[in-house]
Amino acid sequence: MAGDYPKVERVMGGPAGWVSILFPAILFTYFLNLLPEVVEGPVTAGFDWVPALGVQMSVLLDGLSMMFALLITGIGTAVTLYSCHYLGDHPHYPRFVCYLLMFMVGMLGLVLANDLIALFVFWEVTTISSYLLIGFNADQASSRRSALQALLVTGAGGLILLAGLIVLGSIAGTFRISEILTQGDMIRAHPAYGAILILFLAGAFTKSAQVPFHFWLPNAMAAPTPVSAYLHSATMVKAGVFLMARMNPVLGGTDAWFWILILFGGVTAVFASVMSMRQTDIKQVLAYTTLMALGTLTMFIGAGTHYAIMAGMLFLLVHSLYKAALFLMIGIVDHSTGTRDATVLRGLSKAMPLTGIAAALAALSMAGIPPLLGFVGKEYMYKAGMDLPGLGAIWVTLMTFAASALMFAAGGIVAWRPFRGELAETPHHAHEGSWPMLAGPLVLGALSLIFGLFPGIPGHFLIGPATNAVEGAVHEVHLHLWGGINMALFLSILTFIAGWLLYRNHEGIRARLAAFEARSPIDFDAGWDRLLDGFKDFAGWLTGIVQNGNLQRYLAVTFTTFAVLVGGTYLVRGAFEVGPRLIQLGAHPVQWSVLLLMIAGSFLVVSTTSRMTAVAGLGVVSVGVAMVFIMFSAPDVAITQLLVEVLIIVLVTLVMLRLPYLPPRSELHFRFGHAIIATSVGAVVTLVLIAMLSGPFDRKLTDYFEQTAYPEAHGRNIVNVILVDFRALDTFGEITVVAIAAIGALALLRGIKTRNTGNQNGSEEA
Amino acid sequence: MELLLAITTGVLTAVAVYLMLSKNLLRYLWGLVLLSNAVNFVIFLGGRLTPGAPPLIDEGDYAPAGEVANALPQALVLTAIVISFGLMAFALALIYRTYMTLGTVTSTEMRIAEPRPRKPESDE
Repeated sequence: MAGDYPKVERVMGGPAGWVSILFPAILFTYFLNLLPEVVEGPVTAGFDWVPALGVQMSVLLDGLSMMFALLITGIGTAVTLYSCHYLGDHPHYPRFVCYLLMFMVGMLGLVLANDLIALFVFWEVTTISSYLLIGFNADQASSRRSALQALLVTGAGGLILLAGLIVLGSIAGTFRISEILTQGDMIRAHPAYGAILILFLAGAFTKSAQVPFHFWLPNAMAAPTPVSAYLHSATMVKAGVFLMARMNPVLGGTDAWFWILILFGGVTAVFASVMSMRQTDIKQVLAYTTLMALGTLTMFIGAGTHYAIMAGMLFLLVHSLYKAALFLMIGIVDHSTGTRDATVLRGLSKAMPLTGIAAALAALSMAGIPPLLGFVGKEYMYKAGMDLPGLGAIWVTLMTFAASALMFAAGGIVAWRPFRGELAETPHHAHEGSWPMLAGPLVLGALSLIFGLFPGIPGHFLIGPATNAVEGAVHEVHLHLWGGINMALFLSILTFIAGWLLYRNHEGIRARLAAFEARSPIDFDAGWDRLLDGFKDFAGWLTGIVQNGNLQRYLAVTFTTFAVLVGGTYLVRGAFEVGPRLIQLGAHPVQWSVLLLMIAGSFLVVSTTSRMTAVAGLGVVSVGVAMVFIMFSAPDVAITQLLVEVLIIVLVTLVMLRLPYLPPRSELHFRFGHAIIATSVGAVVTLVLIAMLSGPFDRKLTDYFEQTAYPEAHGRNIVNVILVDFRALDTFGEITVVAIAAIGALALLRGIKTRNTGNQNGSEEA
Repeated sequence: MELLLAITTGVLTAVAVYLMLSKNLLRYLWGLVLLSNAVNFVIFLGGRLTPGAPPLIDEGDYAPAGEVANALPQALVLTAIVISFGLMAFALALIYRTYMTLGTVTSTEMRIAEPRPRKPESDE
């Protein structure tokens, strides 16, 4: 990632660098201090966050979250230290640090949360920060595409997960994880168990990149290498694994759980390790081996026995240590030589001996060679696999064997071959990395060795408590480097032989895989593009129909919706009641003739082609309305109605002088469809009014206003009192609306250049 | 009388909707004015009809002596009349300005903001 950008001089990344290194380092020390306490049992603490929704910001620190917290802060320290040299001179380095710290906080919150909703919020924080970090080189289209792809895949999974969290929380009656963990039997027997399981696994599988959702992870390698090491290998992609492990006491132990997890996990592990042989970019090789690790973890959590969980937790630690070291090592090589091509790099151990040592330690652990911790992990995986009942044992053992052998070969490709032989020509002259960059890989590699020699240390402090947390039970865990001569050892030796053969022939295998890939019709990445294109086309098609820019159609849809929804509700609820309350007043001939006049006026408006006649018709209707108000004891309203009507007529007439005529009668077609919509809306209004008038009437508010108008507001006109006193704020709002309308109209009318309309001085035709 | 007024309101609404569905913006405006009147009737009817008893309190009394008309819908209708006037005036100004700028009051001919849909184009 030796990009071309204007360099900025910063010592250790400047203040941003120091903050980013100290933050995880201090937290790491803090968690390390808590470790002895957590080994004894889980620690919880918290406070109310959103009390109205019962959401708590509470912390659950048990063996599982402790192991994750230490990995996040520990590897975080190595990565931030590394970044201050790797990216410290980048103009956007402070921005990078912000994203990275945001991710760190999100990831810590995720593993420590004791509340399902809080867990979801942090889950999304990691998704968003991952998006920002993958797209860090935002000037490259491929970066942006990869970032968006990762965001959409994991974001969609996150939304599905949210549904699962809510269903689970409502069944359990609490969102607190530590309380839900005790209700496993009830939840597994619940009819909604299947739905919860699928929703949770959709979230976990997208986040942890299980086949067929795996394609975003290799693309995510567009991010700077420290990000790949941190997010897309050691921590974030394990969030899905964490979720499955966390929920194991609640959701695990059923046949569905067992088979789904070991099948998806096994297929992912083997598919990914085969694909890793296909790559020439060593970063891509590592990306696929990360997929393999995620698949293996899923498989062992699914297997669910004590041994399997322990093997899974052990492998989680093993993988985080060696994979972070390998990614950082590749960053150094890339930084120093300017290439990551496995077919080019040779003989680097002469120019970069320290990098070579770190690489060797990590790769030996990855290949599972004693006495590294990877060997211990592999032994326990074989034991756990063979321990399973029935077909499961064969499947898990076979998948583990295939994946481990391929890992052996991949380790050789990544960290053995580039360092051996004569130093090859590279774009830059190879030189050793600086100490901040070397510190991380060397320490992590050394840890793989120390933990391998003394497996009791991680066994007692990390693996044991984590296994107990995942199982929801208490077992003593003792790890051994040497398990005696047994079947697992025999399988290990077989793995080495197979791995060695694969490594010797890896160039031929790569060529054959490339040829196969070229012929294969299945391409997940291209399929994703087709999916997105399909969405775009669908959105364009839908917009073309719904938002076609035709006012008539918008209004037709609006009115039809009104008629269908209100009329439909009317029919469904059977509100046909025509009670004795409906008609309480007789109709005097004067009264119904006013109504007839209004109807006649409205028909005049609709049928005329003359603007003047139309305005006259409107006037008739409005005066009729005012008369109705007068007849039924609303003099104030009637006065206002008349005043406003006069104003409307004046305004319309004024403006009409400058507007064109209505279309002539020959163009005024009767629109049958419009008439049907109009009649339906009118009929619905009348029917609803009849239903309303037939129902009982509640005078509570009116009585209140009548009783209090004088004693409290000192007014004798109750309508006025309501307007200016009880509901004065409404009236103020009304005045504001009129004022805004006036300002708006003024703005519209200013600066109009008079247009020669051709009929400005023409006479009205009617 | 209530039934007759309900039917009248329905007829006014129907005519208003028919006018608003026209592509001529002036006819649309007539429809808007009629619809405001119809909606005011709906609110007014909601408070029931009381002939010949305005909601006033006689001098010396603390509350209306007999049964008077419902004051609350009257207050609401008063507000609604003024607001619909504001809406009408603004719509009129908008139509006028549109005509001055585009030279038409036919809504189907105004396609500047939303051009006729073409085949959706990809932006990358």
